[in-house]
Amino acid sequence: MTTEQLRQRLAALVGDRWVRSRTAELAAFRADGLPTHESTPRLVVLPGARQEVIAVLAELHRAGVPFVARGAGTGLSGGALADTSAVLLVLTRLNRIRQIDAANRRAVVEPGVVNARLAEAVMPLGLQYAPDPSSQTACTIGGNVAENAGGPHCLKYGVTTNHVVSLEVVLPDGKVVRLGSAHGEPWGPDLVGLMVGSEGMFGVVTEVTVRLVPLPQQVRTLLAAFPSVRAASEAVSAIIASGIVPAALEMMDGPCVRAVEASIYAAGYPTDAAAVLLVELDGNAEGVASEEGIVSAILAHAGATEVRHAATAEERARLWLGRKKAFGAMGRLTRDLIVQDAVVPRSTLPDVLDRIAAIALENGVEVVNVFHAGDGNLHPNICYDRRDPDLVRRVRAASRAIMAACVAAGGSITGEHGVGSDKLEFMELIFDPTTLSAMCDVRRVFDPTGCANPGKVIPVRACREWRAGGVR
Amino acid sequence: MSDRVRDRIRESLGVEPVAAGEAGPPRLEPVSTDAVAGALALATQEGWRVRVEGNASWLSRDGPADLVLATTALGWAPQISRPDLIATVSAGTTLSALTRRLAEDGLWLPWDPPGSPDRTVGSILATGTAGALRHGFGPPRDHILGCALVCGDGRIVRPGGAVVKNVAGYDLTRLQVGSFGAFGIVTEAHLRLRARPAADATLLAEGARDALTKTARELLAAGLDAAALELLSPDAGGAADWTLAARVVGSAEGVAAESERCRAAGPGWRVLDPEHADAFWLAASRAAAAAAVTLRLGVLLEGLDDTLDLLDEHLDLGLVAAGAGSGSIRWCGEATAQAIRALRHAASGREIPLTLERAPWTLRRVVGHFGAYREGVGGLVGGLRASFDPSSVLVVAVEGASDV
Repeated sequence: MTTEQLRQRLAALVGDRWVRSRTAELAAFRADGLPTHESTPRLVVLPGARQEVIAVLAELHRAGVPFVARGAGTGLSGGALADTSAVLLVLTRLNRIRQIDAANRRAVVEPGVVNARLAEAVMPLGLQYAPDPSSQTACTIGGNVAENAGGPHCLKYGVTTNHVVSLEVVLPDGKVVRLGSAHGEPWGPDLVGLMVGSEGMFGVVTEVTVRLVPLPQQVRTLLAAFPSVRAASEAVSAIIASGIVPAALEMMDGPCVRAVEASIYAAGYPTDAAAVLLVELDGNAEGVASEEGIVSAILAHAGATEVRHAATAEERARLWLGRKKAFGAMGRLTRDLIVQDAVVPRSTLPDVLDRIAAIALENGVEVVNVFHAGDGNLHPNICYDRRDPDLVRRVRAASRAIMAACVAAGGSITGEHGVGSDKLEFMELIFDPTTLSAMCDVRRVFDPTGCANPGKVIPVRACREWRAGGVR
Repeated sequence: MSDRVRDRIRESLGVEPVAAGEAGPPRLEPVSTDAVAGALALATQEGWRVRVEGNASWLSRDGPADLVLATTALGWAPQISRPDLIATVSAGTTLSALTRRLAEDGLWLPWDPPGSPDRTVGSILATGTAGALRHGFGPPRDHILGCALVCGDGRIVRPGGAVVKNVAGYDLTRLQVGSFGAFGIVTEAHLRLRARPAADATLLAEGARDALTKTARELLAAGLDAAALELLSPDAGGAADWTLAARVVGSAEGVAAESERCRAAGPGWRVLDPEHADAFWLAASRAAAAAAVTLRLGVLLEGLDDTLDLLDEHLDLGLVAAGAGSGSIRWCGEATAQAIRALRHAASGREIPLTLERAPWTLRRVVGHFGAYREGVGGLVGGLRASFDPSSVLVVAVEGASDV
């Protein structure tokens, strides 16, 4: 089937204006949030209803055409890239909040609903949707499900998989299944848990039922400035070891702080600090007051040069705006930026951060750190200019070395961004061939033809069927 | 058959199986993940059916099998990282032993599963059974970070890891939790821990069921921050009337404030001293295994009364523990396959799943842990089972039998 014939068939299903085929139109979908990977899709289709998703997938299945589902394209692992053989299925038009059931603390949404929009919708009811990725003003719930997204407040409240109770999924052959239940009971083996974080390789989610949690009665946000990254990371370890579970525990190093302060997101961070911690405590007023005293003492004991307590909601919001927009603020530092993602045991943070600084020096690259310290979820951001081939080579070498250092410390290659295209080469650092092969087998149960987001997550050489001859 | 199985085990694995009771199948108690893998690989090769057991404190030792694999010898000392709040635990470790060990380091795994505290970690994970603490801390799936899984054919798969956040690869770990061992045997798990709370209080209110469900709704609407909020039938709570039990944990100041919030919700709350609180929750857990059958229904807060009525209509309200805000009701008693099927059918019509958590094999085989799936899901579960256990070696009554 020619691309034009395919375009016409898809246009018949969703309407002509919702199929993009011109070069200039396709260019807008050539990349996601990861600057190092680009790929132009064969076509882009934007269904506006679940029935259209079903029809499109059934048509693609009949035609044997691979597809890639995409939300807002904010992903940072090249997971939502389609090559010239594949159709990009953009789900942003499925953006309805179908139901908010405050009494039972549930919401039912379509995959294209923006995370922050859901949060805003439930807030007047005294509820929150807890996962809050830094891109929450743009990223979609469907994308969050695909990547098992996290965010600063996942330290206390858990990541996406802890908040999704039921999914409607269109399988790659166009058949529809409903997994889980609104109650949270899995209704059989935990296929919701399996689906969340499968990076769009098992099917396309068309409806998500999420758990909502009450807004805390009291929230206190502390900012602590440190003379060294090591001192700040030791403070993180001490807070975790104390048994207090902050709602969030975030770290920014000096270059990040200064980038934020030089941007429109300036939050009043101390620009002379080598590292800044944001600690948020929530719960009932009495408990929070007690924990605030303990945390303040830990921060001071760890060498904080300043501990600031946000006095008002506005001040708290300002501190968080700086943190959440830090990646954007770093645009001032550099033409291109790789937002890396890895996890280490929290006790190893001081040593791993030292090692990352050494890797930056060894490779002659600038690394800026802003990350979820309480989870041990690092985001070393590497500044570069993609027009400089030598710098690109050194950036790649530094990325590999950082991943290796995190794995050597007992960590993992991704905490919330996913594997996508970017981390494929690192999968064999943490999984043995048997485990990777088992993952391939599981994927084949949902997608026997390998048409859903081909070529992502598992290196094809790890799959048994690849050895037998060919797999997407 | 048994003699042949014994001979092959001796020849191939070099170990001597023990008898699983008179005329029972040979029983192996492997001491390592590799040994479990060797046994299952041999079983696959020979076409044997394998029954997996913990220490039989939850599921009975009655499934048909050519070979029994017990996880009880998988009990090496937990590896605990106090600063990371992570433990790596073998499947045969009992929860009581793990709890004691963690307490030495001021740590806590917030699990209070139904049944005996001597249930193994493997049993709790395989059955996905949570107790009242599910309300505040989530079910076991929320505490597992990674595992070693021996598939039905002896492959060893190690998804996840020993870090608190990890999205590398598909989540094969959570798939194991609550699968009743349909995909393999979890021999080792990385678990997320918490520090032991500084304060821990249990408050009880007794009264009519309807009044207590109303109180529970009001408390939750008022934002009660509880670790547990459980409604217990008179028999389950050991009281003359229904009991609403609230457990709050955290700092002394925070616990005092939440306790006061409970008291403000209505008269009649009494605070248990720590010794009685432990005994109360232990008795509530044990009540869930006091008769032959235990099952679990999903429930939403607003549907609590209706779902209890449904349970009463089809079975009874003898031993019932309802998580007022946690999503499930647990029932224990005597029941026929016909009654369970009728309840499951009625519940399904209301979009309520029923999981048969525990029953004699004769009942499990007929009713299945999950019964019929929704449209399209059965094929996926079947495909996954074939993927992990291609020769159907593992004896698990997942769906139930359609031929009886």
